[in-house]
Amino acid sequence: MKLSGWGQYPITHSESWVVHSKRKVSELLAEAKTNHLIPRGLGRSYGDSALASHVLQTQHLNHFVEFDPVNGEITCAAGVSFAELLEIFVPRGWFLPVTPGTKFVSVGGAIASDVHGKNHHLDGCFSQHVSAIRLALASGEVIVCSPTEHSELFHATCGGMGLTGIILQATFRLLPIESAIIEERSYKTKNLAETLELFAEHETCTYSVAWIDCLSTGTKLGRSLLMLGEHATQGELEAHKNSKLNVPLNMPNMLLNRYSIQAFNTLYYHKQTQSHAQREVHYEPYFYPLDGIQNWNRLYGKNGFTQYQFVLPKEAGLEGMTRILQEIAKSKRGSFLAVLKAFGPANENYLSFPIEGYTLALDFKIDAALFPFLDELDRIVLDYGGRLYLTKDARMSEATFKQSYPLWETFQEIRSRYGADKVFNSLQSQRLGL
Amino acid sequence: MKNILVIGATSAIAEQTIRLYAKQNTNLHLLGRSEDKLQTIAKDAQIRGAESASYQVLDVNDFEQHAKVLESAFAKLGTVDLVLIAHGSLPDQQACEKNVSTTLRELNTNAISGISMLTLIANQLEMQGCGTIAVITSVAGDRGRQSNYVYGAAKGMLSIFLQGLRNRLYSRGVHVLDIKPGFVDTPMTAEFKKGALWAKPQTIAQHIVKAVERRKNTLYTPWFWCIIMLIIRNIPEFVFKKLKL
Repeated sequence: MKLSGWGQYPITHSESWVVHSKRKVSELLAEAKTNHLIPRGLGRSYGDSALASHVLQTQHLNHFVEFDPVNGEITCAAGVSFAELLEIFVPRGWFLPVTPGTKFVSVGGAIASDVHGKNHHLDGCFSQHVSAIRLALASGEVIVCSPTEHSELFHATCGGMGLTGIILQATFRLLPIESAIIEERSYKTKNLAETLELFAEHETCTYSVAWIDCLSTGTKLGRSLLMLGEHATQGELEAHKNSKLNVPLNMPNMLLNRYSIQAFNTLYYHKQTQSHAQREVHYEPYFYPLDGIQNWNRLYGKNGFTQYQFVLPKEAGLEGMTRILQEIAKSKRGSFLAVLKAFGPANENYLSFPIEGYTLALDFKIDAALFPFLDELDRIVLDYGGRLYLTKDARMSEATFKQSYPLWETFQEIRSRYGADKVFNSLQSQRLGL
Repeated sequence: MKNILVIGATSAIAEQTIRLYAKQNTNLHLLGRSEDKLQTIAKDAQIRGAESASYQVLDVNDFEQHAKVLESAFAKLGTVDLVLIAHGSLPDQQACEKNVSTTLRELNTNAISGISMLTLIANQLEMQGCGTIAVITSVAGDRGRQSNYVYGAAKGMLSIFLQGLRNRLYSRGVHVLDIKPGFVDTPMTAEFKKGALWAKPQTIAQHIVKAVERRKNTLYTPWFWCIIMLIIRNIPEFVFKKLKL
């Protein structure tokens, strides 16, 4: 069947294996004669990381196994989605310890991508809340790895893009909450320097993120809306409702063009008139604004899009970010939503994306001139010691990857120790020389 | 709905229906063939919010076990508000044509086993004077077609049995729901190529919960099967026999 990531680029033909039990995974692996197999959860990684000639779909591995209502520790199968976790546990006063910008990710995918959220500066990545993973190795044998048991395999699997085995089950801690409401404070900033200063000033805030007008130039370069959030202590514990809005078909390629994006960015920046505002919002629009429109990726048209997400080390922050924003403004390639976030310290995982510094994510519609332009941005990112997020990537070169992820050799060595390199490979891992 | 008995609890549609009822703080008792799967589903239901979820292994074709297993289920649940019968298999039609025992086995699995248990369940619910019996049959039971008439005949038999039961139990306060799904994407139909008419078990489960609540008699799910089957039932036989369906 035809398969692609969320960005609808690239598209490939895959043989898809749908499994309904953990035992079946082991059986399939024991018999499998392919060296090009990758697990796939809900298909929300943007590029080619969940694409291969054979894809093992985990969405039906979706049982809850154990829950401790005292400390919030949950054990569930890898295909359970964040949406489902929220639906069931928010009414009981629990929230995800870390969540990305969509709730339509599976637990297995969240670990393989080692996702981060708006609280990374305080709470790190998702894997830092995971205490154990049950993993099916290339042979079909199932082992449990954790920060203390098979710890190297654990650190390779977290952020390992599915390249070490099939995550069957995980144990992690939920976060106690008293309300489903987020108290949001937002600040309108005039330029990038002011935005970064505000991030530093509010580093004790639980959640922080900035939407940045990536088409503004000159003294307004990097003007943003910085949004801070805290879990409210008052209010109902009501889970989200599923959205009915849907983009049924791919939109014409011209829909998102320079002018529509510029208009959107300007309007978005000016939607807040005061420099400082405060409101109470439900967690759904706060964390998952785009989940409100199902299949929003189709807005970019059938040629697809890519999300360019990079991180620059803290010391390179203002200078590096300014240079990149200048390049983007000059190219006139706006991004519908550009999101800026301050990261806390990196964790021990070999391929996890975050390092202490600033990350910016931009969506670009794919056309013939895009990739050469992104290659130029790659060079600037590398110059400043930064790197790109594998979960969003569909095109970086092997050299760029190997230079910016210095622990790739350790990762590869662990992979081969467990025989994973002979079985688990994706289009991305091949492109990156893993 | 408070106390629910599910037979064939490991089937995909049953499992999704169990998940919906689990959220409503119900007491569930699950019957099925695989102990492993029953255990997984029962634990899952508890975490999703079921007040209690117990299970017992039952091979529906082991007819002698029916009375004993149902008795202990009724003892466990007390007053039963809902019995959902969801077990079934999809026969290989060609294998059935070649082999009588295969055909008979499929008829047992898809019709006779259900009828055997329904007889016992009906008496129990009649005695308590309330409750709902919901049984998953199939649109295939509406008319015999060359591609799967063994399955169709079994499901059709079950449907007619249910009609009679509904008629008998109406005055006793017991409701009978016949659930007729169309194509559903489950492990049972894993081999089929899926198209626009296929539905997810989650969707079917939502429809079942709603139909039980509204005391519907027959549920075609998704709804468009009601129209498709209306047409199929009304094609004159002299035309129908020439079709390749």
